[in-house]
Amino acid sequence: MTDHTNKQFDADMEAIRTGVLTMGGLVEKQLARAIGALENEAGEGVMDAVGADERQINQMQVSIDHLCSQIIARRQPAAGDLRMVLTTVKITNDLERIGDEVKKIAYKAQSAESDKLVRVRFYDIVRAAGLAQRILRMALDAFARLDVNAAVEIVDFDDELDAAFGSILRQLISYMMEDPRTISASIEIVFMAKSIERIGDHAKNIAEAVVQAVKGTDVRHASAAAIRAEVAGP
Amino acid sequence: MSREILIARPDVASRNVAPAPPKMSIRHLDFHYGAFHALKDISLDVGERRVTAFIGPSGCGKSTLLRVLNRMYSLYPGQRATGEVTLNGEDLLGPGVDLNMLRAKVGMVFQKPTPFPMSIYDNVAFGVSLYEDLTPRQMDERVEWALTKAAIFDEVKDKLKQSGMALSGGQQQRLCIARAVAVQPEVVLFDEPTSALDPISTAKIEELIAELKSDYTIAIVTHNMQQAARVSDYTAYMYLGQLVEFGETDELFLKPRQKATEDYITGRFG
Repeated sequence: MTDHTNKQFDADMEAIRTGVLTMGGLVEKQLARAIGALENEAGEGVMDAVGADERQINQMQVSIDHLCSQIIARRQPAAGDLRMVLTTVKITNDLERIGDEVKKIAYKAQSAESDKLVRVRFYDIVRAAGLAQRILRMALDAFARLDVNAAVEIVDFDDELDAAFGSILRQLISYMMEDPRTISASIEIVFMAKSIERIGDHAKNIAEAVVQAVKGTDVRHASAAAIRAEVAGP
Repeated sequence: MSREILIARPDVASRNVAPAPPKMSIRHLDFHYGAFHALKDISLDVGERRVTAFIGPSGCGKSTLLRVLNRMYSLYPGQRATGEVTLNGEDLLGPGVDLNMLRAKVGMVFQKPTPFPMSIYDNVAFGVSLYEDLTPRQMDERVEWALTKAAIFDEVKDKLKQSGMALSGGQQQRLCIARAVAVQPEVVLFDEPTSALDPISTAKIEELIAELKSDYTIAIVTHNMQQAARVSDYTAYMYLGQLVEFGETDELFLKPRQKATEDYITGRFG
């Protein structure tokens, strides 16, 4: 898009854009740490590192939102600019919530009993977490390039993640019915799976926000088919 | 199933964009200042009891268009309009139009307040006396009514005999609005009504425009895009004498259809 006549306006808009991408990078790093903790025995330092990431993420959310408020107050953005500012506020909120979910996963990974069932079941969890990681990466890429087609793909991937969550849940239910001694460990895993599923939901929110920023249509509660039709439209 | 059903849409009522019958219609309007082609094939409707704003960079023709709506241009030789402009379906551009009656129906408020060098009372009464034969009592009532409409009566009621020139800029502008509405026009044209005023006076004029639209059809030219966004129901974006985009204000400022409009309202204009 053409530059603003006022160069400082361009600089402000660029600052919130890079802010979101930096914040997204941080969330990705934090998620990678949590997945590492799932794959290997969680070391003592993992919680500290994930906690430090989360504090930094929270700080970035506050800073970016403040910048967005300043842009609204000082520049009265309209049309595409206004949508981008509103979208940025939504996305920082979703990224911050992802940070919270990652922290929960890391905490459960560290505290989970190291019995056999937990380690075996971690395999499915790690796979689901990998899918969540991929969806998050796609959402951030879609935002960086304002690519609405990529945003639509994410909706499909999120359905896949929801299916993975359902499958983990069903398996765990059968374990718990067969052997009630696995209940407490299984519940821990359910919580982790739920957090991973939530990461997918937040990434989907980011994708929908990108569609709104670019196309100007609010697709938050639309079906995948309706979103696809909207993106294909003029 | 249609997309409308599948996508949640905001159901908050937009400002006042229930479709209105056109009060003024402009069709294929061209305007020339001598050899200069200032308006090119403009077509749009000015909705009854709606506020229609005209925005665009300097020289885009928005003030020219406003001046066509009450044939202000007829005062100057070498200026001519072709095409069709109607008020209540009746042609405005033809040679047989009574310009005095037209300007009583289509009032105008200018950028700089232009009170006459006479008392506040006479500023308002003067125009009325040209068109109507009122008793002194009726005239008193009309002046009070117009000053009240223009939200200035309380400030001037004790000094109606003082000069209109002694008022502040914002008060002078509201006096001019009182003068315009005193003859009970059908349409009021505002040409940059607040560009010489401070923010408080500007807010008062904007508030006034919002109130006036329950009785009058309003067209406003403004350089201030936020003002157009605040006061109008419909906005027209003009550039180089052409109408680039015309639509509901809420739509135009959130999701303009034309890239040129988006560039202008977001401050990307070269």
